[in-house]
Amino acid sequence: MGQTKDSGVEERPKWDNKVQYLLTCIGFAVGLGNVWRFPFLCQIYGGGAFLIPYLIALVFEGLPLLYLELAIGQRLRMGSIGVWNSISPLLGGVGIASMLVSFLVGMFYNTILAWVLWYFFHSFQNPLPWRDCPLNENQTGYKTECEKSTPVNYFWYRDTLNITPDIETSGSLQWWMVTCLATAWCVVYICFIKGIESMGKAVYVTATFPYLVLTIFLVRALTLPGATDGLVYLFTPDWEILKNPQVWLDAATQIFFSLSVAAGGLMAVSSYNDEKNDCERDAVLVGVINSATSLYASIPIFSILGFKATNGFNACRKENILTLTNQFEFSDQNITLENYNYWFNYLNQSHPDVVSNLSLRECDLQTFLDQSASGTGLAFIVFTEAVLEMPGSQVWAVLFFVMLFSLGLSSMFGNIEGILTPIHDLKLVPKWIPNELVTGIICLISFLVALIFTQGSGNYWVEVFNSYVGSVPLLIIAFFEIIGVIYIHGMKTFSEDIYFMTGRRPNIYWKACWMVISPVMLLVVLIAYVVMQAQIYPTYPAWNPDYELFPQTETKSYPGWVFAIIVLLCVVPVISIPLVALYRLIRPTIRKPTTRAEPNPYSNDGFEIETHEQKSQSA
Amino acid sequence: MLGWVFFLLCLPPVLAVQLCESDAPGAYKVRLSIRTALGDKAYDWNEHEKFLFRATMAYAMRLHKQQEFGVSNIIVCRESPRVSFWFVVTSPLNSSALVDKGDVERAVSKSRHRINSAFLLSDSSLEFVGIYPTLVAPVAPDTPPWLIVFGVVIGLVGAGIVFLLVSTMMEKRRKKKEKAGEHEEERVKTVENGSMTDGVYNTTFSDDERFTEM
Repeated sequence: MGQTKDSGVEERPKWDNKVQYLLTCIGFAVGLGNVWRFPFLCQIYGGGAFLIPYLIALVFEGLPLLYLELAIGQRLRMGSIGVWNSISPLLGGVGIASMLVSFLVGMFYNTILAWVLWYFFHSFQNPLPWRDCPLNENQTGYKTECEKSTPVNYFWYRDTLNITPDIETSGSLQWWMVTCLATAWCVVYICFIKGIESMGKAVYVTATFPYLVLTIFLVRALTLPGATDGLVYLFTPDWEILKNPQVWLDAATQIFFSLSVAAGGLMAVSSYNDEKNDCERDAVLVGVINSATSLYASIPIFSILGFKATNGFNACRKENILTLTNQFEFSDQNITLENYNYWFNYLNQSHPDVVSNLSLRECDLQTFLDQSASGTGLAFIVFTEAVLEMPGSQVWAVLFFVMLFSLGLSSMFGNIEGILTPIHDLKLVPKWIPNELVTGIICLISFLVALIFTQGSGNYWVEVFNSYVGSVPLLIIAFFEIIGVIYIHGMKTFSEDIYFMTGRRPNIYWKACWMVISPVMLLVVLIAYVVMQAQIYPTYPAWNPDYELFPQTETKSYPGWVFAIIVLLCVVPVISIPLVALYRLIRPTIRKPTTRAEPNPYSNDGFEIETHEQKSQSA
Repeated sequence: MLGWVFFLLCLPPVLAVQLCESDAPGAYKVRLSIRTALGDKAYDWNEHEKFLFRATMAYAMRLHKQQEFGVSNIIVCRESPRVSFWFVVTSPLNSSALVDKGDVERAVSKSRHRINSAFLLSDSSLEFVGIYPTLVAPVAPDTPPWLIVFGVVIGLVGAGIVFLLVSTMMEKRRKKKEKAGEHEEERVKTVENGSMTDGVYNTTFSDDERFTEM
């Protein structure tokens, strides 16, 4: 039996068990965005009220798309390019688009992981390097850039990124960033060396470790002073916000990007499943776990932000107390945080001119709580500052950055799988090149191209890629996905596929969503998103020490050539869809002769007929 | 006579107070925040603590100027409940001449740590208004610690990659040898038994064997 199989097709790799598959899907969906984007959106869009558009988007857009992608990948048992070639040769471009987007997203996402690694390496010091400002050359004071902003900002913008004042100034390659990026790609490579065999074992750690760390942080954060302020601030619903269409748009896009659909990774991952796997239950499970993780992560994040705001508020008031005590020569600690208001009012009434001359700071807890941040700002500036004030800072910093690294790594697995599986399925590489080498070459190429993100202007480029590659192309691909599967592959055929796989046909909810609700929602979101982007010329916040309002970031417009690159990034991945369709339309007749079966040296039909006749004769 | 003695006895303190003014050329203001720094373990500010301050300052001046300063050369005035006060330093050679600002500042900066330790305070809780504390240069180890952690991580990852690649190559070689061995056996089998694994089994040969077994 073994020998006959060798002469034929190699067996498709399989998951060792269902748990590996589920953990890979969950790890791919749960990423950095769940930790640093969702809490921010919750905060600025009226807390608890944001959950309503978010859950509506999950039910009517997220889950149907997720189920569709997992089901079609499992049924056709191929990566994105193979699936789309099977559904219709005209739609082959959708698969290529998915692969391109996975490649581009993988590059900048791993750069973020390189930054996380840098902070992780630096968390083993006492004191933490982002606590103090470095001294200037003649040792008379601190460096001006650090004095004007904060040590945390200085460590991020100068020591880590060595950022240039704008995107046009490229700066040179920062060697420390190159080493961190190389380490990040090596870690990705080692997890992917044996394909899903090694990746399937790695996800046991990378997909579960973040939950462990989040729980530890939850317990610690809830015991910090000021945690309840942060949580109240986060979850207090502001129902008025629901009238703003921007909220609904952001909820829909957040769900969409959070689930990582349309990148081809989920299709690839489910193609290694058994044919008779219940993908409906898997899809619902993954979708619900993804949203639940977002909610679960926002609790410790906002407890810690509340703690930080309380500390800032107390520090502000202590400064005022010191000024007042020094001015009026009261005994030390006569004015405390508790009786500050009483003393301030009393002194203001009795000596108003003296008090007004003192230029006391305005201290308001709301102002400190309003200092929200998302993305890299949350992780590398706000959170690192909060960690400094927690006892045992090094432990918390290490835990936090390892958690971020695991979250990002498990998402990278999906991206890389979205690139490698189509390459294997299309048999683009000759058989004698081993898989390990192909994986290594892909990692090496991605690393070399990602070197642009290690320049001085790297952070600006990551923002460009993040905003434009990971948004509009994915929306377009998802729209074609749903139209392609439901209307070109056919709802009937797809229902039969699902009946074959799960033993039951999709119910009215799924059908209604797939046929009407989700495509309409996707179209509306896509058009609204493009319209909003096109209304204003894109700008970016630049860190410019020579800016007069420094340490505020300077808002600069992208120069013309960067704008052209942005347009290219949006267009190039999706241009393959019409191009391939045109190509297949123009050359159908030329393809037919080449589809003749090659002669098989092991069985010539003639012999079979002869021996059958002999058998019947001798019998 | 007694009156004169009285007058002479009262003169130095009066003169001293006159020397110690906030606008005197070498005067500095000092602020202590004892309760903020020490909390429950705070001590009260009294005459003894004032004496300790004068003694410490005399020590600092001695160290800097290499002259025999005494406690009487440090004059403290204008105390407040904050605890804050002004002080001036008189020269040991001429008790009505004040040591100038620069010298006092340098003396304080040199012995700042000792002065702080005498009061269990720090640069921020024992404040000399106008004299800024010298900044402590951060400790810079020879090998930055982050490179050590990086070395450990990259070493583990590199070793893992090499190990996995080598083990995969060895497995493939073993499989090739097994396949080659089986193919040889097959070919031998084909010669001996006449049965072919690839292809169709032709039954005429087996029938012949039955007949020839006689």
